Amino acid sequence: MTAERTTARDAILARIGEALRQPAPPPHGLVARDLEPQTAPLLTILPEAVARPWLPDGGDTAAERLRILEENLGRLRALVRRVPDLTAAGDYFFALCRERDWQRVAWHAHPHVEPLVHQTPCATFRVDDPGFDKNALESCDAGITACEAVVAQTGSILVSSASCGGRGLSILPHVHVVVATLDQLVATLADALHAIRDRHAGHMPSMLSFITGPSRTGDIERILVLGAHGPKELIVILVG
Amino acid sequence: MINVMIVPTPNTEPASDEEPPRLAKKRFLRDATEHVRDVGHRAFVRKALGGYYTSRDAQKSRFRDWEHARDAAAIAKWSAVNRLDVLLPRFVANFEANGGRVHWARDAAEARGIILGLLRDAKAKAVIKSKCMTSEEVHLNAAMEQDGYGVVESDLGEFIQQLRGEPPYHFVFPCMHVRRDEISDLFGRHLGTPPTDSPEELTMIARRHMRRLYVDADVGITGANFLVAETGQISITENEGNARLTAALPRVHIALAGIEKVVEHLDDLAVLLPMLATAGAGQPMTCYNTLYAGPRRPGEADGPEEMHLVLLDNQRTAILADPEQRDSLHCIRCGACLNVCPIFKNVGGFTYGTTYQGPIGSVITPHLRGLADWNHLSGASSLCGACSDACPVRIDIHHHLLHNRRNAARTAPNRWERLGHRLFVAVAGRPWLFAAAGAAFRRTLPLLTWLRPPLLRDWLASRDLPPPPARSFRSEWSRRRGGAA
Repeated sequence: MTAERTTARDAILARIGEALRQPAPPPHGLVARDLEPQTAPLLTILPEAVARPWLPDGGDTAAERLRILEENLGRLRALVRRVPDLTAAGDYFFALCRERDWQRVAWHAHPHVEPLVHQTPCATFRVDDPGFDKNALESCDAGITACEAVVAQTGSILVSSASCGGRGLSILPHVHVVVATLDQLVATLADALHAIRDRHAGHMPSMLSFITGPSRTGDIERILVLGAHGPKELIVILVG
Repeated sequence: MINVMIVPTPNTEPASDEEPPRLAKKRFLRDATEHVRDVGHRAFVRKALGGYYTSRDAQKSRFRDWEHARDAAAIAKWSAVNRLDVLLPRFVANFEANGGRVHWARDAAEARGIILGLLRDAKAKAVIKSKCMTSEEVHLNAAMEQDGYGVVESDLGEFIQQLRGEPPYHFVFPCMHVRRDEISDLFGRHLGTPPTDSPEELTMIARRHMRRLYVDADVGITGANFLVAETGQISITENEGNARLTAALPRVHIALAGIEKVVEHLDDLAVLLPMLATAGAGQPMTCYNTLYAGPRRPGEADGPEEMHLVLLDNQRTAILADPEQRDSLHCIRCGACLNVCPIFKNVGGFTYGTTYQGPIGSVITPHLRGLADWNHLSGASSLCGACSDACPVRIDIHHHLLHNRRNAARTAPNRWERLGHRLFVAVAGRPWLFAAAGAAFRRTLPLLTWLRPPLLRDWLASRDLPPPPARSFRSEWSRRRGGAA
């Protein structure tokens, strides 16, 4: 088995090396002629850095970022609620649980989440310890998590397995409630990736996920339906 | 729950690697003729794609400069593919440092063997799968069923196709050709649900059916859209959340990906993810774009105990060895070229008989399965260039179809075509002969229409020849110029 693996790897790498002995022309039909990579050293350019002014706008000021974010989340049919502080977030979450008649909500230990969960009117289920009961999580009405960053440019919420309750909590329950603070709002996807890299330097969480609106599908006659397998609803509580 | 699912043997399985020569072309012609006549089907597919054009254009307009953004995406893929010798080992080293295990597969059989071996090692009883075209390419499901593993496709479109016993119709929209009443009947037969004509209700049926399966499965199989060399992460793009669930709940996560999916930097995704979503489905971002770096880490609440990645060559190195068409490995499988292709819209997805349909499929299939038997796909093109214009990573798709035609003519010249061209050159090079041939042709045209010789018969089957003009272009030209030519 081991010998076979080595052979396959070596054979593929040898074919790649052989194939690349002939250089390929630069991509066809570039409009930015000065970008055209001619020689090997230029290959180290970072496409994201040059592409930033061409991609959708993420806003230059905090106010712009907030406006773009709210527009994007609206288009994505996510619900956004702005509150001044975590106490107000707790009040809103309490009202939400009542209004939706949730029986049980799943949560994880996090300074943004705990104050909200401690005053819910319904049962709670914590998923921090490995080996929690997946069936119990499946039967929860909603999951509430913190996030790593919020991206104005695309209306995306970045969650990670390290600080947002693992992998299942933000995807299995029918409703996903995210608590984000305004200082977590960044302009672009690249900014979010830089933030997470700084925070987890050298130890990337095993999962990072950009969540852009509630789960959706268009597989039946290309008609949009929300809630295919993941949450049917995404509720973003913006604190600050 | 898993065992009650009856999966019929696929009857329109794409041509296997061992399909006898010439059959592929014959079948293409037969199926194309049939589909082109089916006006209802064509109208249905066009209507389904109508919403795509609107949302794609709306989303493109939110880019501050879409054409330049295409440049950046093209360069990101170009620089990665052209340095695969460095970046692939770098990716593998980082992926393994993250705790994942890499397996190398030279071809489809090797990939199937590795995955079946992993399922045996994991003592898998129930397997859940999220959408993965590479697994269609290696015919993984058939091999798994043969070995007695129940496997469920969790993507709604793939699930519907699995129940129908059909391969995907379109590699991004697998069941776009199926009407809702057919889906309602299908679910009624297989899942015992009451009939409904609401897409929402049908989606909820699949949702309810699938939720238990994620929790109960011991192995989850996914594809991968990008392999990030710098960090050793794999990136998976999806809308439904089924891939997230597939990689979250089962004990073992197996991913299957082609070696060309490597990108160098994590930041490249900040360009490629929005491009993929916009070109593929007119979205700002696909709903879930997830990066995985190995199995569950200590301190994380859940996640698989093992993560395996199968890296597949399967002739990709042959495309790599062709500098002219190397850029077809830049493909991020957004499906935009299918959505705009007049041929795809008329002949439909099944006619191609390939894993990857449409223009990009017509470019790469001859490399994957042999030019001699698949060159007819290069002929099935109007060379309008809509595919190349739609491509977010600037693959020169329609010129590659021409390159394939040229390469086929070089390797297996058609004697009759050659004779025809020689004759034309001989006639066109002699003005007097050209005039005489034109005059003869104008007189005999009605006769040809009536006689229907073999060469013209296919062409005339669905077309009428216009009446021949009374005089030649050249004589008309001199008449209008007052004989001064």
